[in-house]
Amino acid sequence: MKKTAKILKKPKTKKQKKPAVRKPTVKAEQILLRLYITGTTPQSQRALANIKRICDEHLEGAYELQVVDIYQSPQLAKDEQIIAAPTLVKVLPSPLRRLIGDLSDEQKVLLGLDVRPKTRK
Amino acid sequence: MAKTKVAVFDPNQFRRSPTGIDGLDEITGGGIPQGRPTLICGSAGCGKTLFGMEFLVAGATRFKEPGVFMSFEENADELAVNVASLHFDLKKLEKQRKLLIEHVLLERSEIAETGEYNLEGLFVRLGHAIDSIGAKRVVLDTIEALFAGLDNTAVLRAELRRLFTWLKDKGVTAIITGERGDGTLTRHGIEEYVSDCVILLDHRVTEQISTRRIRIVKYRGSSHGTSEYPFLIDRDGISVLPITSLGLNHKGSKQRISTGISELDHMLSGKGFTKGSSVLLSGTAGTGKTSIAAAFALRSCRDGGRTLYLSFEESPGQLAHNMNSIGIKFDEWIDKGTLKIISRRPAYFGLEMHLLELYKEIGEFKPTVVIIDPLTSLTGQGNALEIQSMLTRMIDLLKTRGITAMFTTLVSVREGDIDSSQVGVSSLIDTWIVVRELEDTLKKRVRGLYIVKSRGMAHSDEVQRLVLSNKGISLVPVQSSAKVFREK
Repeated sequence: MKKTAKILKKPKTKKQKKPAVRKPTVKAEQILLRLYITGTTPQSQRALANIKRICDEHLEGAYELQVVDIYQSPQLAKDEQIIAAPTLVKVLPSPLRRLIGDLSDEQKVLLGLDVRPKTRK
Repeated sequence: MAKTKVAVFDPNQFRRSPTGIDGLDEITGGGIPQGRPTLICGSAGCGKTLFGMEFLVAGATRFKEPGVFMSFEENADELAVNVASLHFDLKKLEKQRKLLIEHVLLERSEIAETGEYNLEGLFVRLGHAIDSIGAKRVVLDTIEALFAGLDNTAVLRAELRRLFTWLKDKGVTAIITGERGDGTLTRHGIEEYVSDCVILLDHRVTEQISTRRIRIVKYRGSSHGTSEYPFLIDRDGISVLPITSLGLNHKGSKQRISTGISELDHMLSGKGFTKGSSVLLSGTAGTGKTSIAAAFALRSCRDGGRTLYLSFEESPGQLAHNMNSIGIKFDEWIDKGTLKIISRRPAYFGLEMHLLELYKEIGEFKPTVVIIDPLTSLTGQGNALEIQSMLTRMIDLLKTRGITAMFTTLVSVREGDIDSSQVGVSSLIDTWIVVRELEDTLKKRVRGLYIVKSRGMAHSDEVQRLVLSNKGISLVPVQSSAKVFREK
């Protein structure tokens, strides 16, 4: 929950701020991801580490990752129809996808995010 | 002023949460186990969602227990519309923070499983919902939908087990609904996890007529009614009728009630029927059974009673019109509200439903006299055992309430022995009157009336001739030469 990721508490204000936050240089196919975790459970930690690694490897920074702790903001779990934890929601681009689990299956994650894996590496 | 009686709680027994469903609390001895999960299972369309909703609405409006409805199938708007016909105003209750509807949407096509997970999201949402309104009641409808949305059943099972323990720890009274499976109570066997109370709802169709039934399969640590009880879903929601709990403990009465025909009163030691007794009036077609019943109804109204007339052959208008022709005028009493005529097609619903309806009508209308014309229409459906059981309970019900009841039954001439009562109800009946066709010396058809039995009073053993005229009904002595008309 450090560095690139920031804990999101109020999505509504966040949404309004979004255009301001984004840099004008952002690519058209920017991916917006939201990871819903439950505090510091091992699964949550793993999911966070996994998604960061996958994104860095295959997306080259063309993404925005927001992390939501549903223990702290349960209302968000309701709004976003979260059932399982951890859940990674691909908010943009559409279609919306929900990847549940600790994201350890890289192939499935990439498929779910509709990202072509970088050949080699 | 006398103090109102307070129910005594046995501290050794666990407490119960009243469901607010008519009759169910009676069978379960006060409701479902408080602070524990209860499983309601049944096939599609048997009323599980409604059951859960009624439990919550009753909690919110009558028992000061707010509730959370977690729906896996319908959203809040759909639910509100569905139960609006039952006068449940969910929106209002939500506004008052007495009810919270949480819709859980599982879109399988959106979901991909990428590793280990649990259902903590669900727990967080449920916990948040419970805490935000201080809920004491929770309904999960239908949690098995999770199995359709998620693949990892091992995780699901472990999580469901954890969920039910968690609900117990929270101290909420929960209802979990489940679709009935093949040979199991629920499709995914969640009854394993809910072990305190299991209620089965059933919707069976026999000979094209459906009857809903409810059965308490299990109620740990408590005695409960084990039979199947019919239940009804109507404009007031669910009502269960635990009729089998009625016993033979009605009080006898010495009061008498006029039959509406003075000669018939005379035959019954001058005073008519015993109040609160059951009267059977049997006869072949066209012998004036309905007319006699109508005369009784009219007399009862004139004497200040309230009469419920269940007609299975004629509509209220037709009946009133036909009875006008023999000088029996119903209109005045219908207008006054002391006479209620209900017409139903016997095949409209099953036997148990007729009984339930009668039960509800008695509760609402509070009649002193009930006439069922003819009883034979009811007995045309169902098997002998069902009919016998239903009639026994019906007569029990009427007697317990002290209602004088008159049943007419149609017997066919061809059956030969006219005295045999059609469904073996004669033993339950206090007074039995038979009307049959006689033939006099002039080859004229006449109606003969006699009393087969009448408990607890001296009664005439003469056969009287029944005369229907525009002035009403009268009985005259039969000419001695008249003989019994028989087909053979």
